[in-house]
Amino acid sequence: MLTILFDGTAYGMLLFVLACGLSVTLGLMNFINLAHGAFAMAGGYCTVVLVNRIGVPFALGLPLAFLVTALLGGLFERTLYVHVYARPHLDQVLFTIGLVFMSVAATDYVMGSSQQFVRIPEALAGQFNVFGIGMGKYRLLIIVVCGVLTLALQFILAKTRFGSRLRAAVDDQRVARGLGINVGAVFGITFAVGSGLAGLGGALGAEILGLDPTFPLKYMIYFLIVVTVGGTSSITGPFLASILLGIGDVAGKYYVPSLGAFVIYAIMIVVLILRPQGLFARGAAR
Amino acid sequence: MAILETIGLAKRFGGIVAAADVTLAIDKGARHALIGPNGAGKTTVINLLSGVLKPTAGRILLEGRDITALDPHQRVRLGMARTFQINALFLDLTPLEAIALAVSERLGFGIDCWRLVGRKGAVADEAAEIVERFHLGDVMHERTAILPYGKQRLLEIALAFACRPRVLLLDEPAAGVPEAERHELLATIAALPADVTVLLIEHDMDLVFSFADRISVLVNGALFVDGAPDAVARDPRVKAVYLGEELDA
Amino acid sequence: MTPLAADVAQRLKRRARWSGFEIAFWIVAFASIWLLPQKHLILTETAILALFALSLDLILGYAGIISLGQAAFFGTAGYFAGLAAKYGLINEPVLALLCSGLVAAALGFVTSFLVLRGSDLTRLMVTLGVSLMLGELANRYSNITGGADGLQGVTVAPILGLFQFDMFGHTGYVYCLIVLFVCFLIARRLVYSPFGLSLRAIKGNALRCGAVGIPVNARLVAIYTLAAGFAGMAGALLTQTTAFCSLDVLSLERSADLLLVLIIGGTGYLYGGLIGAVIYKFMQDWIATLTPQYWQFWIGLLLVVIVLIGRDRMAAWHEAARAALARLFTRAIGWRRGPALGGAGPDRS
Ligand SMILES: Nc1ncnc2c1ncn2[C@@H]1O[C@H](COP(=O)(O)OP(=O)(O)OP(=O)(O)O)[C@@H](O)[C@H]1O
Ligand SMILES: [Mg+2]
Repeated sequence: MLTILFDGTAYGMLLFVLACGLSVTLGLMNFINLAHGAFAMAGGYCTVVLVNRIGVPFALGLPLAFLVTALLGGLFERTLYVHVYARPHLDQVLFTIGLVFMSVAATDYVMGSSQQFVRIPEALAGQFNVFGIGMGKYRLLIIVVCGVLTLALQFILAKTRFGSRLRAAVDDQRVARGLGINVGAVFGITFAVGSGLAGLGGALGAEILGLDPTFPLKYMIYFLIVVTVGGTSSITGPFLASILLGIGDVAGKYYVPSLGAFVIYAIMIVVLILRPQGLFARGAAR
Repeated sequence: MAILETIGLAKRFGGIVAAADVTLAIDKGARHALIGPNGAGKTTVINLLSGVLKPTAGRILLEGRDITALDPHQRVRLGMARTFQINALFLDLTPLEAIALAVSERLGFGIDCWRLVGRKGAVADEAAEIVERFHLGDVMHERTAILPYGKQRLLEIALAFACRPRVLLLDEPAAGVPEAERHELLATIAALPADVTVLLIEHDMDLVFSFADRISVLVNGALFVDGAPDAVARDPRVKAVYLGEELDA
Repeated sequence: MTPLAADVAQRLKRRARWSGFEIAFWIVAFASIWLLPQKHLILTETAILALFALSLDLILGYAGIISLGQAAFFGTAGYFAGLAAKYGLINEPVLALLCSGLVAAALGFVTSFLVLRGSDLTRLMVTLGVSLMLGELANRYSNITGGADGLQGVTVAPILGLFQFDMFGHTGYVYCLIVLFVCFLIARRLVYSPFGLSLRAIKGNALRCGAVGIPVNARLVAIYTLAAGFAGMAGALLTQTTAFCSLDVLSLERSADLLLVLIIGGTGYLYGGLIGAVIYKFMQDWIATLTPQYWQFWIGLLLVVIVLIGRDRMAAWHEAARAALARLFTRAIGWRRGPALGGAGPDRS
């Protein structure tokens, strides 16, 4: 029972790191980016190549995964996404689904269709036993890393100049522009960092989530659940939603394995019907 | 005899009180104006009356019948229609299509999914009449999106009128219309049939005083003064509100 | 009747006149029965996809509902038709087809209440969620659906007891084409009716619809239900013509591909889904001979390019191409009918 809670939390925090970039994109530009998972996959494969083939240490592989995907994200944002921001939602959906399809096929072409594993240092294998609860060392690492990242994000958003600009831009783009904030640049940076986080999540999560070319499609719905259920008005909402989703999914698969993700989808639909703005959205404004 | 009444109508948006305890009676056949400074809550009252917003408290009676809980389209069917301060038109339809749509809905053909739109002679006849009344004949086959603003404002009223309302709520019908197109619009409003009760929101005092036979003043969501035009014009408190606003501006 | 009223009545009716393009389209479609017998298998798939896309066009192109879960109806009815045939519940294919459509429509009716509220994104999530849930169910009850192996042992009886399905797909194609044509006629009547006009209005401005007395939710429920029925019939056709049904009828890719098909052809003028299906299938056929595995890449690229070019610009090209075709056609048969093309243009929103 507690192990489920533990595994679920690790899984949930991973989901949060994967999806928080998406939540900001959606909140900031009202942009539906179904291709977010493609950046996570890029991070995963990047680590595979670095660690397994080139022999970079795992601890260095993770930050590199972040950097590479952040650059990739920034590049895509500047060259492609900027053209689609002002378009109707249907266009955004089509465009980003197109990117997903391309990334799936391209990865398949370059890396092959089989499942990939990142070589993890021996020190991280095995379990701790605390009060009879088996805690995987690797999952503990995930919780620590993701926890630190979450705190850092919260700090950046709440305390720094960039954070206040970002919040101003989320609240009202036009006003923010009027105040002399370069919304385009803010968004570019945010997009890059969000992609980078997704890449880091993909690298960390390859072990738990599995890594193959269909990754962006398989997890698309999970990311979307996090942002729609959590709402986009803060990062606390998506965070709580991720944890709930993580625990719910792990518990669901443990207790009613035959139904797979059925429970999750059902809960999502119920939440969206009752609270179209998300479970944790503040009030009904917006 | 009041055709439309509100009793203690109130609406809050979080902390903002947009309408507070509005008790208003509009007589049958009246030309009733609702005025007040920007942000006074006039549009909110219209939204409450037409069912776009649900009131926080209070009731609305149309011809003595409580309509507070009804959906917007049900209120239209009971004979109350509105226009929008900011154009809410069907940009991809032509004015003719939009008017024919409103007419055919009123005549109950809306669920007809087998006959053509123009098949019922009654719809075409009435649509033609409305097109003529609102001076839309020369643009009736254009896409609404490309009409001049004045024509769009006319279409705003024409769509509401096509519902054959007994009570018509006009939210700043002439707002933003350039001088050249303004005359046509005002003449059309003046020529509305006498048996249609009109509640008009307007900032242009010349228009208000030439049109209205009764005026209500709304300030900060609450009804401030309510009376005949000359009485309202003389009221020092109203002057104070408006002078204050003009000084602010 | 005043001259103005006569003009008005005239114009309102004229939109619905059959244009040269439309007549040419259907003549070519039916001529393919005799002219392209060796292509009947792929044409069958095309007709089914076209019907499926038509159903999406009704809700997306006319009512403005974004859906990423149209496969839910396609798949449910597909399984229903397969099970009905396998266990001999309903043997006659046409009757089974209608029943499958009804089952899908019932599912559409129930789920329509989920898409009434909320933004595009919530609608997307809810429609997607419903189809994924059904996918999980189909996987879970593999004793009934055959799970990952697909539904085996479906034998489809002759149509009306007279026409046996053959391995070259001749019967199947004629059958699918007729079903497509009938459904198309129904859809065409519908979109030019007052009901259809109200759908276009809802897509344009739902707020205003309420203010002119249109019960928006009731209309959306109605069209969603009907579209689900059409999607269901498409799914049933697939099962009947292939005597097989597998889990991928409920997959996300099916819904996403469908969106692409409709976008290629253009939304909101009924032919978009049909033309899109033809282009999509023949492109797939052609690319498959070059690089079979990476088909998905080209699909994705196409989507990206379409969006970057802009759908409104594409719509303008479509319109120009159709007008040219229609002119060619009228000239070819030496027959003039005036500027009747108006009204059947794809929308530009
Ligand atoms: N949907 C809403 N959410 C939050 N606040 C709102 C909303 N609609 C109106 N308000 C607020 O309610 C108050 C009244 O607004 P309303 O639009 O009714 O004023 P008005 O009298 O029509 O003004 P104007 O003359 O400028 O049209 C304003 O302070 C406005 O900001
Ligand atoms: Mg107002």
